Amino acid sequence: MVNWIWLLLMTISVVFAAFTGRLEAVTEAAFEGAKSGVTVSFGLISVLVFWMGMMRIGEDAGLLNKLATLLSPAVRFLFPDVPKGHPALGYIMTNMSANILGLGNAATPMGIKAMQELQKLNPDKETATPAMCTLLALNTSSITLVPTTLIAIRMNYGSAHPAEIVGTTLIATAIATAAAILADRYFRRRAMRPPHTTHRGSRPATSPAAGGAAETIDREAAS
Amino acid sequence: MYDLVTALSIWLIPALIVFIPLYAAFRKIPVYESFVDGAKGGFDTAIAIIPHLVGMMVAINMFRASGAMELMVQGLQPMMAAIGIPSEVLPLGMLRPLTGAGSLAYTTHLIENYGPDSMIGRIASTIQGSTDTTLYVLTVYFGAIGIRRSRYALKVGLFSDLVGFVAAVFICLYIFG
Repeated sequence: MVNWIWLLLMTISVVFAAFTGRLEAVTEAAFEGAKSGVTVSFGLISVLVFWMGMMRIGEDAGLLNKLATLLSPAVRFLFPDVPKGHPALGYIMTNMSANILGLGNAATPMGIKAMQELQKLNPDKETATPAMCTLLALNTSSITLVPTTLIAIRMNYGSAHPAEIVGTTLIATAIATAAAILADRYFRRRAMRPPHTTHRGSRPATSPAAGGAAETIDREAAS
Repeated sequence: MYDLVTALSIWLIPALIVFIPLYAAFRKIPVYESFVDGAKGGFDTAIAIIPHLVGMMVAINMFRASGAMELMVQGLQPMMAAIGIPSEVLPLGMLRPLTGAGSLAYTTHLIENYGPDSMIGRIASTIQGSTDTTLYVLTVYFGAIGIRRSRYALKVGLFSDLVGFVAAVFICLYIFG
């Protein structure tokens, strides 16, 4: 699906720009985008280096394992295929707490560390596991208690009640997260069924056995 | 509640920065060596993200500059108006999953033009605050560990963005209406 979105975004842009005479602007935007891709990655270096150092101390001291066992029921429900007491669970917990508290620059390194731990459990290093998809779903919908940036912007523009959107944001984010968890569960179940039963028999069971499920899903996403 | 959480956010980082090494030192861990050892990995991780992020940001930037998005918004507007979604916030709904900086700029633009306490200002704030930038999160998290086949992850993210967008609009209309 990512392949298709990427291809579509660029193809539509160029074709559309050709018709509206914005080809130069689009070319410029392409290189501007490349530049900001590098800038953003470089901006991540400092937080990644710092937090990964901190997290290593926590790991060596056994803090992460403690966290993983302490808060396991909720995490175990969401990540049933991660073994009990695995360090990945500890990182997932820290990532989720950082998200909830709105500590964006700490949440990303912790999430990446969690992904790296999940990658150790992954038999196929280039294909995402269900646990990785769940972690991603939680991060894209990210529950945040206080959207600090927005409150600051609203204050800047002279709002009478800058924080009045905290409640609506919380409800909206809870609904979005619930939707993400439900959708993730649905696709996870579908992915686990053997390929030939996923399509109500409408497609002949000729999918290759190895990696069949993942491929079927990618192909479906494209259609 | 708001004050409590803000206070917590302010205190948490410095508290963590002190607590983690202190706890480790108590457990006889050579803290500084441990820090440096773990920190080494941060650089490589950031570098591994570059190709993924460059590829994605090029495509998104082109799409925004081409004007194709405006056309899509125009096409969707009648349908949105029919179910009661103000057309001004529609571009924000489309920008939100694609670009964090872009959607924040658009939210600011809406707040500036309609006022922070207008319905559009409130809806825009709620949309901006309630989800994260799906494509960015996917690119960075999977890029960092070299995942190429993301399977259904993007579908789940975009679906939850759509649900979050619709929810934000109607919750604001209901609560502030």
